[in-house]
Amino acid sequence: MKLTMNYRETEGSSTGFWVLVGGLALLIALAGGATLFMEHEGHYVTGMNNQIVWGMPHVFAIFLIVAASGALNVASIGTVFGKPLYKPLGRLSGLLAVALLLGGLVVLVLDLGRPDRLIVAMTYYNFKSIFAWNIILYNGFIAITVVYLWMMMERRMNKYYRPAGFVAFVWRLILTTGTGSIFGFLVARQAYDAAILAPMFVIMSFAYGLAVFILVLMASYNWTQRPLGDAIVRRLKNLLGVFIAAVLYFVTVYHLTNLYATEHHGVERFILLDGGIYTKLFWIVQIGLGSLLPLAMLYHPTLGKSRPAIATAAALVIVGAFAQLYVILIGGQAYPLEIFPGYEVLSSGFFDGQIGTYSPSIWEITLGVGGVALALMIVTIAVRVLRFLPETLADAAVDPHAPVS
Amino acid sequence: MSEPSTLADAARRNFLAKAGVATGAAVMAPGLFLSVSTASARPADQPVTSEKRWGILVDTTKCASDCNDCVTACENENGWGSSEPNSSAEQKAHWIRSVKIRNKSTGFTKTLPMMCQHCEHPPCVDVCPTGASFRRADGIVLVDKHICIGCRYCMMACPYKARSFVHEALHDQKPWAPRGKGTVESCTMCDHLVDKGEKPACVQACSSALTFGDLYDENSEISQAMKAKDSVEIRADLDLNTGVRYRGI
Repeated sequence: MKLTMNYRETEGSSTGFWVLVGGLALLIALAGGATLFMEHEGHYVTGMNNQIVWGMPHVFAIFLIVAASGALNVASIGTVFGKPLYKPLGRLSGLLAVALLLGGLVVLVLDLGRPDRLIVAMTYYNFKSIFAWNIILYNGFIAITVVYLWMMMERRMNKYYRPAGFVAFVWRLILTTGTGSIFGFLVARQAYDAAILAPMFVIMSFAYGLAVFILVLMASYNWTQRPLGDAIVRRLKNLLGVFIAAVLYFVTVYHLTNLYATEHHGVERFILLDGGIYTKLFWIVQIGLGSLLPLAMLYHPTLGKSRPAIATAAALVIVGAFAQLYVILIGGQAYPLEIFPGYEVLSSGFFDGQIGTYSPSIWEITLGVGGVALALMIVTIAVRVLRFLPETLADAAVDPHAPVS
Repeated sequence: MSEPSTLADAARRNFLAKAGVATGAAVMAPGLFLSVSTASARPADQPVTSEKRWGILVDTTKCASDCNDCVTACENENGWGSSEPNSSAEQKAHWIRSVKIRNKSTGFTKTLPMMCQHCEHPPCVDVCPTGASFRRADGIVLVDKHICIGCRYCMMACPYKARSFVHEALHDQKPWAPRGKGTVESCTMCDHLVDKGEKPACVQACSSALTFGDLYDENSEISQAMKAKDSVEIRADLDLNTGVRYRGI
């Protein structure tokens, strides 16, 4: 039996809708103000310094960019792997991917020392730079996903959406490989310079993107009072569990590899044992709250069936994601460069051999939150004006084999 | 199609069209008013040649433990050090610094200057998305301040922490050493002096420990000194073939 799916714009006239739009607009405006202040004064008002050069905006931006590519997976599972249950979710998946990427890119650009020179970044390319490749990968991702969405949504183009979905899937894998390689290709730093970072970022994107997708899906169906059946929710939460376990596997292999090589014992000791905030974030937030707890909740016989518990687990994955990126980015920079192997630094005019200090400023956090708000605003407006969301995702509507209740 | 739906569609198209125009204008406007300039890697008065490769040899056996002369000379010549009143100690720019190190197993202690090592294969040049970070034909590694977007990827990539980001607006800069808020900078090996046939300021301030010259010229003072006694690259394992070499560590 072939099911026909009707998509419809959201009502978008309730008080709740305007409160949501107004709240997001306020956060975006605050981020704009924070950016103007930082760019006018200079980065001395931020927590960054010449020891830790990428701070909180990069944590937000990389989260959003990594989650963006992961959010597209839901569409890919429907299109590339032909799973019918996921097909009605394809449009929202593509929309969320584009929105998250735009949010992340805006944060990344606005934290540049010279964001006014964006046109330079678009016109001067050094093709040996993985950053330059990422500029092309990000813009290409947006273009390809928009075409993919168009082919899904325009009936006359439906016949082409499978190849478009395949291209988008391959492109997203390359994109996240590129994001991971920003760190993987850094030969100088002890915490980076590892090929495993690229596939690790890919698998992180699976978990982060799906967690965001589950929350957006549940919220939009709850707030618009549209039916969302257990078939989809259970399938997605089981998949999230698999992805969380996969991230844990990659994190374990990354650290085991480092622990085997004596030259990396210093940085491993710093992250795993005596790195203060970074050690706490790693064990308590990333591993405990962000991985093991949601894993247990999702597969628990009763909690795993509870919508609030599933939503909480997805939110915890996102909290863990921020901790993981904070540890990788800030922790990786805080550990000093090994400029003089075999020597210890007694004194230095420029903090050699010392753990770098960083405390995020309110301006950087506001900018990062603004990027998240922008992504959510794009989704909110898009589902209001175009047909992204199916009218119903009740079990009988999405699964021909669902038991009749 | 029913009438209300047509009206709604028209209103929606109208909204989308206006939103599209507004977004397009917002994206295009900064580009239209921005003048994009390309800086030349070569000084105007003299062509840079790859037949030379400038380098500095640091004889750390002659570095006194409390000496900071090379650092002070660089500050005075290039105008950094006291020009960033709002920046914290961690935020202030450093083009060269004095570092005291101790061998972990033997206790042997050394003081040495650290600055841009002017690598033949500089990681900062590899990672720079716009090509602002570049290597002159004569081996001096520089930042083109006109196309640096302030992404700081070069600072992540440099194994020597040689680069600094300018955290605030600067005033009274030296004409030969332009610096700018939101861009990255580092030791220029005093290219403005080298292009005039002079030695970098640090070498002028300390001719006992620092030797400057053409690494490709077998008869230059630096080549002779390096031939006579052993010298090493810092982080030689990275195989970057640095232009700055050290003796005594």
